[in-house]
Order: sequence, then C-alpha cells, then structure tokens
Amino acid sequence: MLLASRAAPRRLGAALALAAALGAAAPASAQRPAPTPDTAAQQFTLGNGLSVIVQPDHRAPVAVHMLWLRVGAMDEVDGTSGVAHVLEHLMFKGTDKLQPGEFSRRVAALGGRENAFTSMDYTGYYQQVPAARLAEVMALEADRFAHNRYSDEEFAKELDVVKEERRLRTDDNPRALLGEQHRAATFTASPYRRPVVGWMGDLDALTAQDARAFYQRWYVPANATVVVVGDVDPQAVLKLAQQHYGGIPARALPVRKPRPEPPQPGLRRVQVKAPAEQAVVSLAFKVPSMESLAPSPGSDDALALTVLSAVLDGYSGARLDRALTQGADRVADSAHASNGLYGRGPQLFVLSGVPAPGKTPAQLEAALREQVARVAREGVNEAELARVKTQWIASQVYKRDSVMGQAQELGSLWVQGLPLDADARLIERLRQVTAAQVQRVAGQYFGDDQLTIATLDPQPRDPQAKPRAAPAALRH
Amino acid sequence: MALTVPTFVGHSAHAATAIQHWTQPSGAQIYLVQSPAIPMLDVQVDFDAGGRRDPADKAGLADVTALMMGKGVAARDGRPALDENQLGEAWADLGAGFGANAGSDRMSFTLRTLTQPPELLQKAVELAAREIGEPSWPEAVWRRERERLSAALREARTRPGTLAALAYDHAVYRQHPYGQETSPETLARISLDDMRARHATLLPCRAKLSLVGAVDRAQADALATALLARLPQGQSCAPLPAVPEVTPLAAPLDERIAFPSAQAHVLFGQPGYKREDPDFFPLLVGNHILGGGGFTSRLTEQVREKRGLSYSVYSGFSPGLHAGAFTVGLQTRADQADEALRVARQVVRDFVAQGPTEAELKAAKDNLVGSFPLRLDSNRKLLGNVANIAWHDLPLDYLDRWTARVDAVTLPDIRRAFQRVLQPERMVTVVVGGAP
Repeated sequence: MLLASRAAPRRLGAALALAAALGAAAPASAQRPAPTPDTAAQQFTLGNGLSVIVQPDHRAPVAVHMLWLRVGAMDEVDGTSGVAHVLEHLMFKGTDKLQPGEFSRRVAALGGRENAFTSMDYTGYYQQVPAARLAEVMALEADRFAHNRYSDEEFAKELDVVKEERRLRTDDNPRALLGEQHRAATFTASPYRRPVVGWMGDLDALTAQDARAFYQRWYVPANATVVVVGDVDPQAVLKLAQQHYGGIPARALPVRKPRPEPPQPGLRRVQVKAPAEQAVVSLAFKVPSMESLAPSPGSDDALALTVLSAVLDGYSGARLDRALTQGADRVADSAHASNGLYGRGPQLFVLSGVPAPGKTPAQLEAALREQVARVAREGVNEAELARVKTQWIASQVYKRDSVMGQAQELGSLWVQGLPLDADARLIERLRQVTAAQVQRVAGQYFGDDQLTIATLDPQPRDPQAKPRAAPAALRH
Repeated sequence: MALTVPTFVGHSAHAATAIQHWTQPSGAQIYLVQSPAIPMLDVQVDFDAGGRRDPADKAGLADVTALMMGKGVAARDGRPALDENQLGEAWADLGAGFGANAGSDRMSFTLRTLTQPPELLQKAVELAAREIGEPSWPEAVWRRERERLSAALREARTRPGTLAALAYDHAVYRQHPYGQETSPETLARISLDDMRARHATLLPCRAKLSLVGAVDRAQADALATALLARLPQGQSCAPLPAVPEVTPLAAPLDERIAFPSAQAHVLFGQPGYKREDPDFFPLLVGNHILGGGGFTSRLTEQVREKRGLSYSVYSGFSPGLHAGAFTVGLQTRADQADEALRVARQVVRDFVAQGPTEAELKAAKDNLVGSFPLRLDSNRKLLGNVANIAWHDLPLDYLDRWTARVDAVTLPDIRRAFQRVLQPERMVTVVVGGAP
C-alpha cells in the first residue's frame, strides 16, 4: 500500500472522505452530543489569496502538512485527460533548486512520510512529520508549488509510470473498467465522464508542455489551501505560512466553465465484456447535490438520499443484505447503495451488486430497484433511522483518533467551499431528516429517465489467446 | 494484491508510551496503554489459532471459523440467541464495531467502542464476549458463505495478480501451512464441527489482550475478564502441537505462466526469517534501503524512477512465528517483464553482495528514527504496536529502545544478516502474463 502512491483515487461521483465515512458502517450513539476537540480549527487567508487551515491536536508530537488545490480531472479539457494526475507525479520531479527525486529524499531525511492524490475535484500533496520539522516541509512544498521544473526526458519516464498505473488499476481490472465505462455513459457534457487517470490514447499524446500549461493555469495561490493538523500552535503556523507561501505572487484564477450535465432523456445501458467469473450490476441515478448547509429543496433531498443509502446499506444486516444476500433463494452475493451527497460536479445515487450463482444480472437489477420501491411504498421505521444516526454521531468521536483523517476532512471541505465545522453541522442536519422525507425521495429520484445501468458480462478466458500486444505507439 | 509488506513494521516508541502488563488468574495476559484524550477504547484479543494450524486439505479453516463467529450467538443464561442481522443491528445501535479475522499465525478479535456512558461500554463488551464465547454456528449460513466465498475465490483466480501470488506462495513455502491455498475444494471439506474444534482451542489461558483507550488499569482488568467470561473457564492450557518450520529452498525455480493481461506480474524471493531472529533490526533497516522505504529505495530508484518500468516495486520480509517470505514484487507492461526482472534481480544481488553505502545507511536511519513518532500517533497504531509486543513476547520497553536499536545498526551488520538470510542464486521467480 505504501507504494500505491502518487495515486488517483477514483470513485463514481465526488471522492469525498466524508461521504465515504457516512456510507461505511461506522458506529455511534444518538443521545450524546459528540465531544468537541479542545481547540477548534482556524482559517486564515494570506495576502496572495492562499488559505491556511490549522487544527491543533496535541496527543502526539507529530504534524501533517497538506497542500490542496481546487483542481482535478474535472478541470481538464478534451484530448488531455489525465493531465491533472500526471502533473501530480511531476511535482516530485524537481524545481529550480531541486533535482528529480531530491524532494522525496529531503522529506525522508526529516523523518517524513509523503504522498499525493488526485481526484475529479481536487489534487493534494502531504507530508507527515515530527512537529518540529513543519517549517522545513513547508519550505519544500512552497518551493515546488511556485517553481516546479523538469526536463522532457523526466516527463517521458514518468508518463510511462502513469501508464503502468493505468494498466494495473484499470486495464487489467474488469470491475474498474466497468466503473470507467459506467461514468463515461452516465455523463454527456459534465467532465465527470472522464477517468481521473486519463484515457490511454490521451496519455499517449500528452506532452510535457500540456502538463506545464496546466500547472501554470491552475497552481495559483487563490486556488490552494494549506492544511496543518497536529502538535502545533495556529498563530505559529500562520507565521510560517506567511514566511514560506506569502511571497508567491498572486495571480488571477482562471474562469471555470460550468459544463452542466443536460437532463437525461431516457434510460441508458452499457455492457462491458471482460475476462471474469462473476457478473456485476451497477445502477447510477442522477440526484441533486447538497449545494450548501442552508436548507433548500435540493440540499434537503440530497441529505434524505444519504439517509436512504444508510438505511439500505449502512450496517451489516441492513435492508439490502437482508433482502438480497440471504436465504436459500438469494439473488445476490453482495449488494450496496451509496449517495454522492456533494461535490464540484453532479452527484449520483448508486445501487450495485454481484448476482448469486444461478441468478442473472436482470434479476439483481430488479431486486435492487424493488428495495428502493419498497421504501417509497412503505417508508422506513424509526428504529432504522435512529440506528444510522447513532452511527454517525459515534463516528464523530472515532474520527478524532486520526491526525491524517482530520486533515483530509478539512481539505475536502475547503475544496467544496464548505465551512470547517461542516461535518458536525451536516450530522445535525442528517439527524433532522424524517422518515417521511426518506420515503418521498425514494419515490422521486429512481425512475428510468435519470438512470444509467452498467453490466459486467463475464467472458471465459481463451487459453489459446495471445497476450495483448502493446501498440507501437506505446514505445517511446 | 500480492503486496507483501512486512506485517510487523509497526514498532516504535515514545518515552511516554507506558505499557502496563499483567497476567490474570485465568492465565490471560493483559497489555494496556492508557490514552485518556478521546472517550473511546480499542481492544485486540489474539489467540494462537491462525492459518498455520489448518490441515492442508482444509486450508482456510481459521478464516472461516472467524467469519462464522460473527454469524450468530447462541442463547445462554437467559439471554436470547441473536442471528447475524440482530448482531449487525446491535453493534450499529451501540455505535461500536467488532471484528474477527485470522492471519497466518493469529486469530484476532477487535473491538472499538465509546467509553461514555459506562453502560454503553459495558454492553459493547458483553456483546463482544458473546461473539467470542458463544457462536451459534448456523448451518444454512455456512452453506451460503461457503458458496459465496467459493465464487469469490474463482473470481479472484481470473486476475493475474492473484495467480502470481498463489504460484509464488506455493513455490516458496511448498508443504508449509504458510503456503496453503484456500480453494473451493478445501472449503467443501470444512464442516461446522471443524470450526467448533478450532474454537474449542480458544481458552482464556491462551489469550493475549491489548487495550488502548480511556480506561484505567482496574477498568481494563474488569473488561478483559468480561470479554473472556463466556469461554470455558478453569481449564488449564496444555501446549499446542508444534508447527514445522519453513524449509530453505534447495534450488532456484522459474515459473512463467502465460496470461492475456496488459501487464506481467513479477514476484521473486525465498523464505525469509522468523520474528525472533536476533538480526531483526539490521534486516529491517537493510530492507528499508533495498525496497521497503518508498520513493527513496534502491528498487524504486532503479526500476521506476530511472526506467519508468513499473508503478509499484517493492521488497519486503514477512517475519512471523515461522520464516515468512522475502518478496520482491513489480508489475510492468508484458513485453518489458524480462527487462524489469533483470534490473530488479541485479539490485538484489548487488545489495546482498555489497550491502548499502554509508550515505544510504545514514538516510535510512534519519528516516526511521525521525519518523518514529508517526508510528504511535493514534490509538489504532498504538494498539497494533502493543499487540505485536504481546504476541511476540517483546520486552515492555521495546518501543522506548526502538530508535536506539535502529541507530546501532552498522554496515557490517546489514551485510552479514542479508548474506545469511538471502541467497539470490536460489530464489523462486514467478511471472504471470506476457508470452509463455
């Protein structure tokens, strides 16, 4: 796992730590408010527009330092898919002052661990260090933020590495291929249709100049935030940030084209044939996104849809498990539900699963939809609602155990333009969602017209098949 | 994924990490780190009941025993039986989490719960105790799980990474249980009685409990007693049968498996060393330089950074109660497999023959010693470290002395240890993908 780095987390919809935490079976208890940390997070803005967010946590003499940019694969344009992620790799390849690899050697010498990540919505870089080393990693990060530089030869080698990453994670992984095709079929105008890692054909044609232009355009102070969590003092961190990042000249933030997704005029289906034993079915429904924490019809529905996903699949033995994966005539070997909730682009509610032996994808598809229809007909009971809310409240306590997790949450909230206490406020809002709201959204958003269905059609492996030859274009 | 990252990398210490240790009248051994900042508790209970004790024809028994222990508890002492769904609901209602799993050596149970209010903590511990002590072994659920697992195993075997890992384990370990493959066939032979028999070996006198969280010693002692209260009481623990050691390889082995994938998956290596090996620290530091240290390791430098041949390339030891494998792994475009393998083998040969340079050793120590606090910066990480100390009977000041032990490693130590443990001319190589 350590080396699965400079990596591209790819998920249908926004790759949000918070949404993941809500979807996962994390625990809790409804009667008690979550204890708040002794010191709350603080946010500052430097003169050049760069944000600085600091969350003290004095349990251990460590700090995590992150640089987040509000730019990801969704900001790419046709023909250069994957450039946001390739650039993330190239940020390790040198600056005006540092040779390729020198950045990592210096972080290692400081007792640091480091990596970076790219998603649809954002790009992030981080170092975990002894708290006393914060100034030094800040100096290193500020240097490459302002002065990233590499040769065309270094670019070519790193592009080869990224292509190997694509082969590993996607090309040889039928379920990842399914996800890629599903996204591509679901979205028409929205840039969410592209894979974060990029299409192989676009990677073949990508140039160092494409990466440099993307860097010039998007890596400006007003499009970035520094997040520091750990054994630190906010005012001292602010001073360090001013010293290291404050001198980077302000530049105009490029205008973003909204590229909204047009209304879907009817059901879409996509089939992926790949060598596998098991079929997979995935249903993506276009749903509203939570635009802000303030009540509004769309945001209220987004919250109710998240509660619905938790009632369906929020804990072991929840509705999908019980109805689809158990009993002598079970239809599925696994079944899941998740709601995107919010992100910079359009959000999806996804139902997915693997058919049980002897069952067809069509049977599983119908069974998944029937569980939502049942909620629309009969509603949910108060015990289910209380249960999922209890889990969220407990998760507010458990999340304080991870310094890294706290930094990730703060960075991803900033990316979305949400306040630093949004997670706690979000849980307050989720607690107010009623059974009637859940029942109503279950009836409202699950028709055919906003649905795209992807099916993995397993193919036997031909023992006579020749290994796929690499096209000549790959050799350079 | 065959990412063989050493299981026991988590060591460390912070002078403030005081581990309290005592033995209960039952024989259960307790290890506690008080961590009062957050009102939560993490517990791990380990038993010598892992996969190394599975008969060859019933490989996977430890895994499925742990799995089935979560599928229902029996009625006892006036408490009603709970099926798998009722258990899921009960844990969700508590806002707590409980899990059981088996590794090669250990069968482990983990609990994460809030500590406030006290009644909630009590309920969570009682429910965990029932899962540990009173599984109901429902027959229909086992039939279903066996079918599900078998389908998942068949699915996994369509992936080149899985095929490479299976072939590699088989070649490195041969008859040793560490290399046994769980398959639909071995699952078909496992009965609930087999699981009951494995479960019957879980006795309080064999338990090692590690606790990290907002509890004091008296509370921890009471919680530990409660967690084990539904296992058979008052029994003495005869030693469990010895498990044979992994035998060294007599000759090199090259296995090429044709597969129509975009990438070839390359693994090579051999049996490594046992966790009790006196050269643990030279081997840890040496492997950090060779291929365990992320972006700055020799393998990453030569295979990825200089040549762009692979996204991931690593080396790792996996020391346990027996000599777990030393493994080098990478994945590369199928037509480059030979080149990548040649480069990686040369790196390993050179390293074993000559050892690291003075500068590499200094860089590794700077990183390992400097990053030591990162190994202890959460309750979850502390728990892993404490459980490791408990399982391997390491001294209670192990974490306090860890950086000094790393710092004391010399170039001759690493050379000597690597030359003793590794024989590059007698390694197993598995390549899946590309031309046969």
